[in-house]
Amino acid sequence: MGTGRTAQPAATATLLVAEKDRVADDVVALTLVEPGGGRLRDWAPGAHIDVVLPTGEMRQYSLCGDRFDPFAYRIAVRREEGGRGGSAWLHDSVRTGRLLPTGGPRNTFPLVPSEEYVFIAGGIGITPLLPMLAQAEVLGARWTLHYCGRSRASMPFLDELGRHGDRVRLHPRDEGPRLDVAALVAAAPAEARIYCCGPVAMVEAVERAGAPRPAGSVRAERFSAAQQPAPVRDAPFEVVLARSGTSLTVDPSATVLQALEGAGVRVLTSCGQGLCGTCETTVLEGRPDHRDSVLDAADRAAGDCMLVCVSRACSDRLVLDL
Amino acid sequence: MTTTSLPAHVPVSDADPFAPDVLEDPAPLHEELREAGPVVFLSRYGAYALARYAHVHAALVDWQSFPSGAGVGLSNFRHETPWRKPSLLLETDPPRHDAPRVVLERVLSPRALRRLREQWAADAHLLVDELLRRVAGTGEFDAVPSLAQAFPLRVFPDAVGLPQEGRENLLPYGDHLFNAFGPPNELVARGNPHIGRLAAWVDAQCAREVLAPGGFGAQIWAASDRGDITPQQAPLVVRSLLSAGVDTTVHGLAAILHAFAANPEQWRRVRAEPRLLRVAFDEAVRWESPVQTFFRTAQGDVPLPGTVVPDGEKILMFLGAANRDPRRWERPDEFDLTRDPSGHVGFGMGIHQCVGQHVARLEAESVLTALLERVETIELAGAPVRHHNNTLRAWESIPVRVRVS
Ligand code: HEM
Repeated sequence: MGTGRTAQPAATATLLVAEKDRVADDVVALTLVEPGGGRLRDWAPGAHIDVVLPTGEMRQYSLCGDRFDPFAYRIAVRREEGGRGGSAWLHDSVRTGRLLPTGGPRNTFPLVPSEEYVFIAGGIGITPLLPMLAQAEVLGARWTLHYCGRSRASMPFLDELGRHGDRVRLHPRDEGPRLDVAALVAAAPAEARIYCCGPVAMVEAVERAGAPRPAGSVRAERFSAAQQPAPVRDAPFEVVLARSGTSLTVDPSATVLQALEGAGVRVLTSCGQGLCGTCETTVLEGRPDHRDSVLDAADRAAGDCMLVCVSRACSDRLVLDL
Repeated sequence: MTTTSLPAHVPVSDADPFAPDVLEDPAPLHEELREAGPVVFLSRYGAYALARYAHVHAALVDWQSFPSGAGVGLSNFRHETPWRKPSLLLETDPPRHDAPRVVLERVLSPRALRRLREQWAADAHLLVDELLRRVAGTGEFDAVPSLAQAFPLRVFPDAVGLPQEGRENLLPYGDHLFNAFGPPNELVARGNPHIGRLAAWVDAQCAREVLAPGGFGAQIWAASDRGDITPQQAPLVVRSLLSAGVDTTVHGLAAILHAFAANPEQWRRVRAEPRLLRVAFDEAVRWESPVQTFFRTAQGDVPLPGTVVPDGEKILMFLGAANRDPRRWERPDEFDLTRDPSGHVGFGMGIHQCVGQHVARLEAESVLTALLERVETIELAGAPVRHHNNTLRAWESIPVRVRVS
């Protein structure tokens, strides 16, 4: 990380599983801490982290703990039958005391200011919404949560939610009719912001019902078990510096920045965590593996720049404008 | 404001960090505070001072223990009424800080600034060419008005989308704002009679109708149309640009121009290797720390090495002292382009880290690239004169002599 030392680990951080609790049928919550007991990277409601599986694939999990606590992250994982093994591995093989490689946090689902919120959760989709309603509470906003699930036993965090009284409406399928999300969205006041996270069908129903509302008033995150498999190379790759013609090899254990520094190439960095954008470097050839919190989807797709403090390569070779 | 009893176990200093002799040369006080201990009690203001890199850095990132919402100046908003509506960025804590921050980060991101690159490079060439033509005989000029002020005033208000009229209010407004983070001393008293008028002008520029399409201001309003911030927040987010975006870059540019004029061998080095420019500006920001100090307020009783800061007490972080702490930097007082200045706290650190830092870097890169092409040597042509400000390390005048290639 060069000299950009901070009290926080880099965007690719190895975290320690400090607690593991069963919070519903087929759902475990993991509490993750920095192994040295230091601060974790800051986050805001709606953020997720990537957990790197032994296969090198990544899974995204929303942070569902207290954003005011700098020392612990909490994620909740539902076992996906017929999934590709990520959740089963976290359920069956990961115990407290184990180190987990992670990336992020990143936030593609931020809570925007409003005086009123309607939160709609389906199953494990409750996770990003938990810190949001805590935040709405801090801000003194009006809010209600509609929380759907198969049965009470399958719905995590009901005890925590209990203290909010009738602002939380539970809709377990085995006890009553399915929630009519279209009617709910239609009935919400015009100024309310509607946040939904859950299975694709639920999200789509909310988005359809919200289409006539003002821009930005319905915000949804699709929760699906099969997140995109992220190609994390565990093989070394080559970085070519276009201006000097030098070529370097980046090993899995080093960052691109470290490799550059090792070769005497100086790149200005600041946060060292993929947060501030200072070390943004132009990519002339090759495909970066973006692991920062700065670039958005369009920037990532363009692939013409990368943050060398945390991002890596998908291709065998990257050519940088250095 | 002042506490009656002195805290136990903490070195006490009755120095005034805002006194004219300290503002003229803060280095002796910085060293005294750094060497006295990790925390020093400033008896004159009843505030706790941090001057070592490690402790300033730790306080900057720990927004939970050291929030900004009670003000980042000496004035404590828990008991005192702020002189203007608090900033939604600088003087706001999570969760209210989140949304305005996300919006400004996007508007001022390096990618968003790419579209300004060519224009600013062209503007810098024009400015430098005009200047060098004007001083062709002697090669002598005052770098503060002719470059450090001229360039930001030429490009930044346009980038925000401000009308031409009234732009002369920007510098005095910022100067007062940065004075007002300090104690109500002579510097603040001098600004007080004018600030009502200046602030009214600044506030009026934040309205949607005033801001030209496509600029930073209009983009902030577009974010409110998308619901990312509220329409009530938009003008205050625009105001942050007008408050924090002008004087800072003027003094940042002055700092690097002075650094090169006072260290001509470093100019030769960057001429030989123009790639060093990007690092050069950050090294100048480390070396000079144009923003010298900011306060925080203890949230709960906060333990610090050797003491506990009681809830609600003010903590003064000396960014300038941290950036020259020999515990962190080798030969800290040298402006040295071979150094890696990464990790300096001249732009702050943590959730409030300067959201305009890429703007500042692009301005510096534009001006210096233009100078580099034309100017072979630069040196001081007279004694530079400081401008005193309670927060900013600033120059009034930097007489320089250049040889054009
Ligand atoms: C060399 C030039 C500059 C320096 C040295 C500088 C320094 C700083 C510092 C030290 C902070 C942190 C304050 C804190 O932690 O309490 C800060 C924050 C800030 N800066 Fe800058 N700045 C510069 C240029 C700019 C520019 C050009 C803009 C606008 C375009 C800007 C806008 C801001 C804003 C809005 C904040 C508050 C961010 C937040 O609280 O989230 N600054 N700056």
